[in-house]
Amino acid sequence: MAAAGARWNHVWIGTETGILKGVNLQRKQAANFTAAGQPRREEAVSTLCWGAGGETQILVGCADWTVRHFSTEEGRFQGQRHCPGGEGTFRGLAQVDGTLITCVDSGILRVWGDNDKETSSGPLLELRVGPGVCRMRQDPVHPHVVATGGKENALKVWDLQGSEEPVFRAKNVRNDWLDLRVPIWDQDIQFLPESQKLVTCTGYHQVRVYDPASPQRRPVLEATYGEYPLTAMTLTPGGNSVIVGNTHGQLAEIDLRQGRLLGCLKGLAGSVRGLQCHPSKPLLASCGLDRILRVHRIRNPRGLEHKDEPQEPQDPSKVPLEDTEADELWASLEAAAKRKLPDLERTPGALQTRKRNKKRPGSTSP
Amino acid sequence: MEEAGDKSGGSRKKGLKRKAATEELQEAAVVEDGATESGVQPRKVAAFPPGFSTSEIKNKQRRHLMFTRWKQQQRKEKLAAKKKLKKEREALGDKAPPKPIPKTIDNQRVYDETTVDPNDEEVAYDEATDEFASYFNRQTSPKILITTSDRPHGRTVRLCEQLSTVIPNSHVYYRRGLALKKIIPQCIARDFTDLIVINEDRKTPKILLAVPHEVEFVRRGKDPTEHIPEIILNNFTTRLGHSIGRMFASLFPHNPQFIGRQVATFHNQRDYIFFRFHRYIFKSEKKVGIQELGPRFTLKLRSLQKGTFDSKYGEYEWVHKPREMDTSRRKFHL
Repeated sequence: MAAAGARWNHVWIGTETGILKGVNLQRKQAANFTAAGQPRREEAVSTLCWGAGGETQILVGCADWTVRHFSTEEGRFQGQRHCPGGEGTFRGLAQVDGTLITCVDSGILRVWGDNDKETSSGPLLELRVGPGVCRMRQDPVHPHVVATGGKENALKVWDLQGSEEPVFRAKNVRNDWLDLRVPIWDQDIQFLPESQKLVTCTGYHQVRVYDPASPQRRPVLEATYGEYPLTAMTLTPGGNSVIVGNTHGQLAEIDLRQGRLLGCLKGLAGSVRGLQCHPSKPLLASCGLDRILRVHRIRNPRGLEHKDEPQEPQDPSKVPLEDTEADELWASLEAAAKRKLPDLERTPGALQTRKRNKKRPGSTSP
Repeated sequence: MEEAGDKSGGSRKKGLKRKAATEELQEAAVVEDGATESGVQPRKVAAFPPGFSTSEIKNKQRRHLMFTRWKQQQRKEKLAAKKKLKKEREALGDKAPPKPIPKTIDNQRVYDETTVDPNDEEVAYDEATDEFASYFNRQTSPKILITTSDRPHGRTVRLCEQLSTVIPNSHVYYRRGLALKKIIPQCIARDFTDLIVINEDRKTPKILLAVPHEVEFVRRGKDPTEHIPEIILNNFTTRLGHSIGRMFASLFPHNPQFIGRQVATFHNQRDYIFFRFHRYIFKSEKKVGIQELGPRFTLKLRSLQKGTFDSKYGEYEWVHKPREMDTSRRKFHL
C-alpha cells in the first residue's frame, strides 16, 4: 500500500469485498486499498468513476450507500459521503462541476452538492427514472446529460439542467414474429463519441444503437451475439465498434456500422463484470467473476496481452471509466510493450491461430 | 539369404536367428555372443548391405524373427544395464545419487496461478463471508433434498436412496414434472439448504453443475449407519477448488461422530472428483482396515454459478470451456 506507488497503477478495480485494487501492469503487481483497513462485504464496490481534477481522484460507490473518495496521488481514501435514498446498490456514479450524481437500483437519481461536511443536507435534485435500473452513464462530452436503462426500463436520456422529463425516451422494438412483446433489459449504455448516438447491450443478448437526433425512437441498429445475457460493454478506440461480454465469459467485438461480429476474445471463465478499453491504444482490460484481470490486445493480432491475479479473490470487479494515468505512464507502458513485442513475435504460431479465429465472422467462441 | 529361405521355419528357427545375427551385425565376420550357439550349423554367411534395417525385409515371418531377436537383445542389454547400475549404487552406498523420479502428469502439472496460499488473508476473508460461512460457523445445519429428473429409471432411484443413506439429514422426493426454478423457492421456505438433482447424466446441487462420469453401486450389502461421517477433501488446491471443496463439505453436518467410524472422501485428481464412503477400524496403531459402503461415483465440474440455479440468466463464476481450457494435458483447474 505504498503511497508513492499509487500513482503508477494503470488499472483500478473494485471488488466485492470492498477492496480497491490498483494494478501496475508494468511491474505486474497489485496493491490493495481499503477504507477501513479490513475488507468488508458491506462495502462491496458497485461502481467506480473518476473524480474531479483530471484523473487524480476516484469515486467509489459502495453497497452501503456511501461514496468514498480515493486519491491516487496519496494512495488512500480521503473521505466519504453518505448518499442514502432508494433501495438497491448504486448503478451509476458521475461527477459534474463538483456535484455528484448517483443512481440506485430502484430508480432514484440524485444530484448531491459539494462533497464536504454537509452530509445531512438532502440532494440538490432528485429524479425518478423508473425501477430496475441497471446502468446510469454520463455523457463525456456533455456532463449534465445522463442516460439510464434497466430491466423493463427503457433507455432514457436526461438533461439535468433541463426539465424533469427525459430528453429522449426510447421505444421498444416491434413485436417479434410471434407477435409477442420483446422484453427489455438494458444492461450497459455507452455514448458514442462525435454524435448523439447511444449504444446499449441487453440481457437478451442484443446490442442496439439509438439515435436521438433522428425522429425514430426505436433502435437504429440491432445486433445479437450469443445466447447469454450481455453484462458489460465498452467502446473501442476509433468509435466504430464495441466490445461486449456476457455471463459466460465470452467477449466479442461488434462493428456498429453494419452490426457485424468482428471477432471474439477468449480467456475468461466467469461472467464478465467490467470492461474498459484504452482511449487510444488497442488494449482492453477485462475482469469478471473468475477473479482474474486480463489485458487483451484488440488488433494485430488479437490475443491476450497480459493476465494478472491482482491477488486471489478479486470477486466481481469493475474497471473504472479510464484505466489510464497520465500519458507519460502509458508511454512507459508502451515502451514496455515495445520491448515485449519481440517476445510476442517469437510465438507466431500461437498468435496466428488467434488471428484465424478472428477471420471467421459470425462464429462465436464456444 | 536364400540359404535361410531353404529351411522350414520351425525346426531351424534358432539356426536362422543365429545366422541372421551373424550376418546382420557385421559385414566382417566378427563373431559375438551369438557365436556360442552358432556352432550348430556352419552356413554360408549372407551379407546384408550397409544401412539395411529389418523393416525392409519383405518376408513377414523372417522379418518377425529378426524383430523378436532384436527385442531379446534389447531386453538383455537393459537387464545388464540395470544390474550394473544397481551394483554401482550398492558400491557407493550412502554416496549414491538419488534415484530419478519418474515423470507423471501430476508431477508435470502446470503451476496454476490461482493456487491458494494458506496464509492469504484475502482468501481467508472471502471464505469467511461467502455463502457457506454460516454453515462453517455452525449456525446452520444442512438439510438436503435429493431429487432426480422426471421419470427416473431404476438405477437413478437406487442411487438416490443410497445417497440419502450416505448423507445424513437428506430426503428424497420424486420430481413429478416440477420445474426446478419453482422447486427452489419452496425448498428455501422449508429450510432446505442444498438441493441435489440427479439426472440420468447430470447431478446438480444448489449452485453447482457437475457431471458424474461413472456411478458404481457397491452391492456388498453393508449399509452405512446413521452416524454422521467425517469428511476428507483431498487435493483441492486452487481458488476454484477451494470453493468446490467447501461446497461439498457443507453437504454434511459439521460435527462428525467418530463413534461411527465412517468417512466420506472427495478426492480430486486431475479435475475429476472421486467420491468414496468407507468405514474404518484401527487394528493397531499403524494398521487400518477399511470396508467400503455406499455408492462410488466420479464427478467432473462443468460450471459454477453464482446464486441459485438459473441456467439462462444466471451469472457464472466459472464455466468449463473445452476448446480453451483443455488445450494442455498438464493444466488442471480444480
